[in-house]
Amino acid sequence: MNLVIRTTIELAAITTVLLLLLSTPVAWWLARSRQWAKEIVGALVALPLILPPTVIGFYVLVALGPQSPLMALLHPFGVRTLAFTFEGLVIGSLLYSLPFAVQPLRTAFELIGDRPLEVAATLGAGPVDRFFTVAVPLARRGFLSAGILVFAHTVGEFGVVLMIGGAIPGKTEVLSTRMFQLVESLDFAAAHRIAAWLVAFAFVAVFLLLLVERRIAVADR
Amino acid sequence: MSLRVSLSGRIGRSFHLDVDFGIAAQGVTALLGPSGSGKTTVLRAIAGLERVPGTIRFGDEAWQDGRHFVPAHKRPVGYVFQGGGLLPHLTVGRNLIYAARRAPPGAFGCDDVVARTGIGGLMDRIPARLSGGEMQRASIACALLRQPSLLLMDEPLSALDSEARGQFLGHFESLLATLPIPVIYVTHDETEARRLAIGCVRMRAGALDPGGGPLR
Repeated sequence: MNLVIRTTIELAAITTVLLLLLSTPVAWWLARSRQWAKEIVGALVALPLILPPTVIGFYVLVALGPQSPLMALLHPFGVRTLAFTFEGLVIGSLLYSLPFAVQPLRTAFELIGDRPLEVAATLGAGPVDRFFTVAVPLARRGFLSAGILVFAHTVGEFGVVLMIGGAIPGKTEVLSTRMFQLVESLDFAAAHRIAAWLVAFAFVAVFLLLLVERRIAVADR
Repeated sequence: MSLRVSLSGRIGRSFHLDVDFGIAAQGVTALLGPSGSGKTTVLRAIAGLERVPGTIRFGDEAWQDGRHFVPAHKRPVGYVFQGGGLLPHLTVGRNLIYAARRAPPGAFGCDDVVARTGIGGLMDRIPARLSGGEMQRASIACALLRQPSLLLMDEPLSALDSEARGQFLGHFESLLATLPIPVIYVTHDETEARRLAIGCVRMRAGALDPGGGPLR
């Protein structure tokens, strides 16, 4: 059981860190660009919100399988497939939780407006300087929201991890898939313990999210 | 060093800007005109915040011509935004440090600027907690610590009520008169312009207003 909890938390933590790093430039571009065509990327990024997780899981599984041209690039390094591995789970989770990172970051960047960035420019700060000293601190609420949402959403994923991971104990089995198997084997008492903990965790995460936004909103006033 | 501005182009869908003027190497020049005449656009173009086709030369440097466009952060310009321009997440003191750290060595000393703008007591305040007048003075201090060769001000008194404006005008007059760099001062108020400026450029509907004449 401890192993399952550990896999779950590791997956969520790694996904959160990687996704915040990957989503920041995408969200920044979506927030700042004036081309309408950016919404094509915006729509692609939002797609995991409405796609069945099994669809994402299926395509990632195919892409990570031994026949995939993507994996052929890794064959020289002795990697034949990432299906049913922890690394594969991470890749699937990144896609699955992508909108939960990009959307709050994009909104936070858009809320900054042009003025603070123009002020910084006239004070001699170049584009990279402005990004790190003005945009990032002013968008801190977005980073906190995105972090909490991605972590919680990754803990809560089921379809993607089952497709890609196959719930191998100690490797790719997480709380949600363990619970599913307990229900299948009619061990309702054990399933209930996991389910109740997940409900409590979800509540704490959402509660924390609201507190964070409230605290920052008060500080901004 | 004198400034030469020659801009002509469409802004947005329907606004056409067409101006050609120079300003003196010293003193305050008012950029006068009714709202919507394009004063702010001209000021933003001089600062490099807006791209309008044309040329802008300062002394022997081309800030903008057919081939080059020097970005805002590389122009030695101090810009005082309408309603004040401070970084909202930093205290007044940290805003000053932000400007000073990125500035080349120059004539404006920190203590001197703080004393002249009278913001010594505001260092630990965040911009959201400043009054309109305090915001303006802090913004000017920041703009000066950038060590500019040219100071641009966009309606600095417009956010103040009439009482504060009266007090401020006196303070402003002595501050601007002693600055060793040229200043362009955007306003729609003839009285304000007459009191602060030595010369003026008049605009109307995106072009220079030839019938305006000198300051009255």
